[in-house]
Amino acid sequence: MKALTLADVRDLLSAEVLCGDDLSIRVSDIGAADLLSDVLALSQTGALLLTGLVSTQVIRTAIVTDLCGVVFVRGKKPGDDILSLAKESRVPVLRTPLKMFEAAGRLYMAIVEK
Amino acid sequence: MPEAFESVYHVLGRDFSNAGKVSTTIKDTLKRLGISPAVVRRVAIVSYEAEMNLVMYATRGKVTLSVSRDAVTLNIDDEGPGIPDISLAMQEGYSTSTAEMREMGFGAGMGLPNIRKNADEFNISSEVGRGTKLFIRILPAA
Repeated sequence: MKALTLADVRDLLSAEVLCGDDLSIRVSDIGAADLLSDVLALSQTGALLLTGLVSTQVIRTAIVTDLCGVVFVRGKKPGDDILSLAKESRVPVLRTPLKMFEAAGRLYMAIVEK
Repeated sequence: MPEAFESVYHVLGRDFSNAGKVSTTIKDTLKRLGISPAVVRRVAIVSYEAEMNLVMYATRGKVTLSVSRDAVTLNIDDEGPGIPDISLAMQEGYSTSTAEMREMGFGAGMGLPNIRKNADEFNISSEVGRGTKLFIRILPAA
């Protein structure tokens, strides 16, 4: 198992960093979900969340569960209210044009192949 | 654990744009009080689940956070429709949510079970047409 950083995630997913200055943060676990109830029930501290759900509740869930960052999939662009909450709370936010399945698959392969 | 601390927070039903603010405030407060990160996370998750339930279903409610040397306690007291069958509401996957709630990523029938899972002590009581009360206590890891 290889530990990825947020910079690795950005490169693997051809992602744009919408907020977050420190991309050397280590990703300790990765999950993909559109259901925040599942994130609240199952996520681990330091996990990265891939999601197609765009709302301020995604960022609040990330704060509450100590996630290391959020990746919005399918090129979804979060609004200014979402990004300002993320900046204020220091939650790194990335955006990838990839669909959830492919984004999760690339990260999974990167972790298991190394 | 620090000295005794108590604070009351008010939550308004249907106020989706502020939903979760109380829980992130509680989280910051507990961090400042020097509570261990694992306990802070559990309290924040429980508080957030309860706050979302309150925003989604109740008219209004209050969250009372009490910190003592031995435990962190949350009392959540709402004015709302109440829960007719608590044992049914405690089952994973049982939900009375609307499409709007599910679009926000909630309402999957996991909130109350997840609160119970994260609590060391948990009690729920409800009166139909009046409201619901939750008592949650989280102890520092032994």
